[in-house]
Amino acid sequence: MVVSHVNGTTAGGGYALTASHLQVWYGDFHAVSDVSLEVPTHRITAMIGPSGCGKSTILRTFNRMNDLVDTARVEGSVHYRGVDIYGPDVDPVEVRRRIGMVFQKPNPFPKSIFENVAWGPRIHGFKGDMEQLVEACLRRVVLWDEVKDKLNQSGLSLSGGQQQRLCIARAIAVQPDIVLMDEPCSALDPIATLHIEELMRDLAAQYTIVVVTHNMQQAARVSDYTAFFSVIPETRTGELVEVGPTDRIFDSPEEPRTNDYITGRFG
Amino acid sequence: MSVKPGAELLTGGLGMEVGVRKELARRRRPFEQFMHGALWLCGAISILTTIGIVYMLGQEALLFFRRPEVRLTEFLTSWTWQPQTLQFGIWPLVNATMGASLIAMALALPLGLLIAIYLSEYADARARRILKPVLEVLAGIPTVVYGYFALTFVTPILRNLFGIEVVEIFNIASAGLVIGVLVLPTVTSMSEDALRAVPVALREAAVGLGATRLETSVRVVVPAALSGISAAFIVAMSRAVGETMIVAVAAGAGPRNFAGWGEALGGLKALNLFQSAETMTGHIVRISGGDISYDSLDYDSLFAIGLLLFLMTLGLNIFSRAIARRFRERYD
Repeated sequence: MVVSHVNGTTAGGGYALTASHLQVWYGDFHAVSDVSLEVPTHRITAMIGPSGCGKSTILRTFNRMNDLVDTARVEGSVHYRGVDIYGPDVDPVEVRRRIGMVFQKPNPFPKSIFENVAWGPRIHGFKGDMEQLVEACLRRVVLWDEVKDKLNQSGLSLSGGQQQRLCIARAIAVQPDIVLMDEPCSALDPIATLHIEELMRDLAAQYTIVVVTHNMQQAARVSDYTAFFSVIPETRTGELVEVGPTDRIFDSPEEPRTNDYITGRFG
Repeated sequence: MSVKPGAELLTGGLGMEVGVRKELARRRRPFEQFMHGALWLCGAISILTTIGIVYMLGQEALLFFRRPEVRLTEFLTSWTWQPQTLQFGIWPLVNATMGASLIAMALALPLGLLIAIYLSEYADARARRILKPVLEVLAGIPTVVYGYFALTFVTPILRNLFGIEVVEIFNIASAGLVIGVLVLPTVTSMSEDALRAVPVALREAAVGLGATRLETSVRVVVPAALSGISAAFIVAMSRAVGETMIVAVAAGAGPRNFAGWGEALGGLKALNLFQSAETMTGHIVRISGGDISYDSLDYDSLFAIGLLLFLMTLGLNIFSRAIARRFRERYD
């Protein structure tokens, strides 16, 4: 196990999330072992590593999405603003409202573009001006000009990149602190990927972002901090190898395995 | 047969091309052709059967309407069905059929959908393992047993609840409720299939926004599955309209006639579901069960009723499909 090297010199100050000794099982399968990791506030933290290294699994422990999987079991703790989100009195529904998620494949609701963004605020009893909120969110993700004349059309009528921006707008409409992104560009073409990356940089001023990616260049381009995960071949259990500022991880990794991966010798 | 390596193809010239042409030549595949034809025939049989039934119904019904004793306008507007006095107004039978079906659907739709939501969105593997076979058993009970269940179990309960002077021994409500139980497994299992077909990604999207399980189920999954759910409702409703044995046993053995629209609807008497009445199917099975003779007026009248029954379920089908198209949320 490697403890975080991030030293807390961040603009917003402190950490949005602190994971300690996280372990995940799916039934008998030990999916991820002993991850300790700090996520700095208002920064982009990338989680990279080969397939099966548990990076998505760890991402999903950050807002208790793994609760949806009957066989999943989590040990260890994830502290959000000083509270362990796996504590006995914590409501996972409230956790997910504050720690939102954007998924690998764009998954807009089969509803209108407007309703997609309005859906979250509506279930949380938003009483203000919904049209204003929807416009603000769509502007925030640089989608407004493309959709302002067709807000009543299905969200599924948009292109893949537009759909993913719509999903990001939907996620920020409930005003979360943290946005988790699970390979948000893997289903998109390079141009759309570029748009999403620019958007992530832009959003980092306001939100803490954790992004899982299998694209190392993306991690290098977009993130402030990088966590490198790997998989133990014998047990297929994932583990955290190294975490630190992105520049250092890519320029002078401490672990040979990290070096092998980022120089393309495996994975 | 082997494909020659590329180098030879390039240098082979004209003779080589002939060889390749032969390799690529269109081949006869007799078995493929035979299966194609056989499968087409299977499809055709179902269509031909439908056409045959419609033709037979239509032809016999036409014989009925051609008879001098019968007037189409009377058939379509009168509230008296009394073959003995040559009065053939269809409304008493239609009214009973609709009453029983609506009661059935009022029970089966909400309950079936709720069970489906429970099975698809809430139940763990163990609960499903218990509940699903129970529902399947429900679907396997012969309808005549359901009929006596209505008559000897549900009717006494209704009479206790609402009073013996209010609820007759044979009544539409009891039959309708039990038809509801009969179609419940259909509604449940088809709705559950529709709910389960909704991609997990949509549930994750809702949950990721901080939605509860109920909000996710009701506001994302059910709307996305609406077209499949409405298909379940259509099938169940058609089955309820056509259900025969339960109404024959428990609903009564004679049409509930009225002098006219005024008497039927003015005092809402026709809507009293606690009285005995005969449905379209109930009438058909009672009349045809006896020593009915071909070419008799009674015999022909059954086909007119049958044709109308067919048109009712057809209309229901078209109507529900239109509704589903209007409201469904396409997710694919």
